Amino acid sequence: MNHATQTPSPSVSGGGRKRVPPPPSQGRRRAPARRRWTGQLAAWAFLAPVVVYLLAFYAYPLYRNVDLSLRNYTVRSFVQGNAPFTGFANYTKVFENATFGPALWHTMVFTVVSLVFQFTIGLALAVFFTRNFRLSATLRALFLVPWLLPLIVSSSTWSWMLNSDSGVVNAFLHMVGLGPVNWLTSPDWSLWSVTIANVWIGIPFNLVVLYSGLQAIPSHINEAAQLDGATNWQRFWRVTFPLLRPVSAITLLLGLVYTLKVFDIIWIMTKGGPSDSSTTLATWSYRLGFGNLLPSFGPGAAVGNLLIVMALVFGLIYIRVQRRQGLS
Amino acid sequence: MESRQLGRRSLRAALLAVTMVGGVAACTSAPSTSDSAADAGASAGASQAAGGGTYTIWDPYPQFDDSSDWVKLLTQCGTDAGVTVKRTGYDTTDLTNKALLAAQQGNSPDVLIVDNPVVSTLADAGVLTTTEESKLDTSAISPNLLAAGQIGGKTYGVPIGANTLALFYNKEVLKKAGVDAESVKDWASLTAALEKVKAAGKKGITFSAIGTEEGSFQFLPWFWGSGAQLTKLDSAEGVAALSLWTDWVKKGYAPNSVINNTQTTSWQEFATGDFAFAENGTWQLGNAKKAGFTYGIIPIPAKDGGTAPAPTGGEFVSMPVQQDTGRYATTQKLVTCLTSTDNSYTTDTTLSYIAPTDAVQTKQVEQNAELKVWVEAVKAAKGRTSDNLGTKYPKISEPMWKAMQAALSGSQPPQEALTEAQTAAASATQ
Repeated sequence: MNHATQTPSPSVSGGGRKRVPPPPSQGRRRAPARRRWTGQLAAWAFLAPVVVYLLAFYAYPLYRNVDLSLRNYTVRSFVQGNAPFTGFANYTKVFENATFGPALWHTMVFTVVSLVFQFTIGLALAVFFTRNFRLSATLRALFLVPWLLPLIVSSSTWSWMLNSDSGVVNAFLHMVGLGPVNWLTSPDWSLWSVTIANVWIGIPFNLVVLYSGLQAIPSHINEAAQLDGATNWQRFWRVTFPLLRPVSAITLLLGLVYTLKVFDIIWIMTKGGPSDSSTTLATWSYRLGFGNLLPSFGPGAAVGNLLIVMALVFGLIYIRVQRRQGLS
Repeated sequence: MESRQLGRRSLRAALLAVTMVGGVAACTSAPSTSDSAADAGASAGASQAAGGGTYTIWDPYPQFDDSSDWVKLLTQCGTDAGVTVKRTGYDTTDLTNKALLAAQQGNSPDVLIVDNPVVSTLADAGVLTTTEESKLDTSAISPNLLAAGQIGGKTYGVPIGANTLALFYNKEVLKKAGVDAESVKDWASLTAALEKVKAAGKKGITFSAIGTEEGSFQFLPWFWGSGAQLTKLDSAEGVAALSLWTDWVKKGYAPNSVINNTQTTSWQEFATGDFAFAENGTWQLGNAKKAGFTYGIIPIPAKDGGTAPAPTGGEFVSMPVQQDTGRYATTQKLVTCLTSTDNSYTTDTTLSYIAPTDAVQTKQVEQNAELKVWVEAVKAAKGRTSDNLGTKYPKISEPMWKAMQAALSGSQPPQEALTEAQTAAASATQ
């Protein structure tokens, strides 16, 4: 909704900017006024497709999602379209549900652990690949494979590899003399298994963005630091890392949003189980809406909205931090 | 200036973030928004067709194309009734939402073939006509199969056929372990057989205990076979059933992977040839022939002997409510054609189902003696939404599969898990 109201505004201010220069002559006032009017019209005409697109595909679904979460939908009222307005009853129901606490906790653990590892490994690899060596381009391309695979393929593969009885991971553990781990079927491990898979899938994204960020840092700064006698380690922490901060911030923000909504990996690997041990808000929302013979659309939409709010909060924090950095 | 630019850029990033998550949220509410648009298009065709003597049929068999016997039968029935039939096959999970949306938009198909536990949900939504209104004859249908489509004394469709669960066994593995399949008559003898198989170095039994409706479907024969009722999950009988499964996993008679197995992955485990038994359905018969080892089938035993009631699978042919009630007469002809004794045999052979009437069941066994055990299993079977549970069933099933997962993964003992499930089910069905 936000962006729908937001997007036209730059153009309005753009139109305003045109108005700023005073008319060349006072005598011919009417002509510029008409021209201004047609100019406005043309501007809006050019804008219309975007505005319509945003309203139809972003604002309206978001509005519907909010509306859905504020009404008590049963299958009957869904068909007949007379679901009573119940205010925040669905949200109360969600907050009071025994699944809410664990789901929120799992979402946080899943997101934070995924981000930390994705970012660290991604950055390490990016730094590694900035030294152009033979086959570095080929190797870098290989690291992109997880990104290119359809999620259903990679998650199914992980799910086979981590299978308790016939998985290759347990076969390996057996070979080195360790006992089998019930990766996907033990409540203590399932969340870690899906997190590991998600880290693997997220590394290429971090690698690519951070790598291009590194390319943008002028090499002479590093050379100057080298001349001043900075060690490799100092050069990374004192020069590269601070200069990479804006890129890091956007990588982390996008990663956060991406991880908050991760659904396919978890659903394919564990269905959020066993007994909710790997349920996150995203999988819970799906389960409420579609995972049962009798859908409960209202609470499902409520959980979905909570996710949006969480992403929005982090987006706002990001803006604040950026602004403060910009001012200082 | 630079800070302003930065500010704007970051604002854009934040907005991007919101839209991305918003995308998911919009997806989660898909039936209300994006889907409905696509659907309106699909069913606009349907309502347009109404004038031209075209009748629409939706079924959950997307695997059949226009050259299949199934679609040929539909076309033939249409010709006999003097109308053109327009048929669309949907994925079974998709069909429920599609049907609800079409009803919301007021353009349901004329004939809707839908999975039996969904009938009560759709009936509750007021989407389906009763057989009184639609004048469908259900007198020949086995009462236990028809019950899944009956709520509050009214019937909302005709079963097209039924499938259910039984135990497949690998003859070679059993022979090696020195077990006679005929000796498996109750839970005790089955567990004893599993013990022998394990001692012989093979694997015991595989089933699907995944945390979805599929897991409940597989658990029900044991649950009902103990004498437990869905209205009281934590009865001594219910606990006995869950303990049976839990002990199997604990003792290694069943692999730990059952917790995450779908019926398909469970079948794949059985197809490796290492397992003695597998709980699976009629629809695997075709695959069983390709498995590369000799197999047999026995009904799932009840706790103290006899055949346990397994849940019925299979679809109902139903007639959704139409604004133009004049259409019902022709639609009724179509449905009767599909479910008549002659065609029922063709249909159920095509779908690999057991027919819903005694007459056709007898004919099926005459033609294929292998089906005998399935016919018996279907006769003992029970609808999940039967006993007037209707839309309460999904609210009981979810706590039940959660309890099942908790017990099998060892996070809760069976008694505790089921007590918690019963509390959840009771508060949900109030």
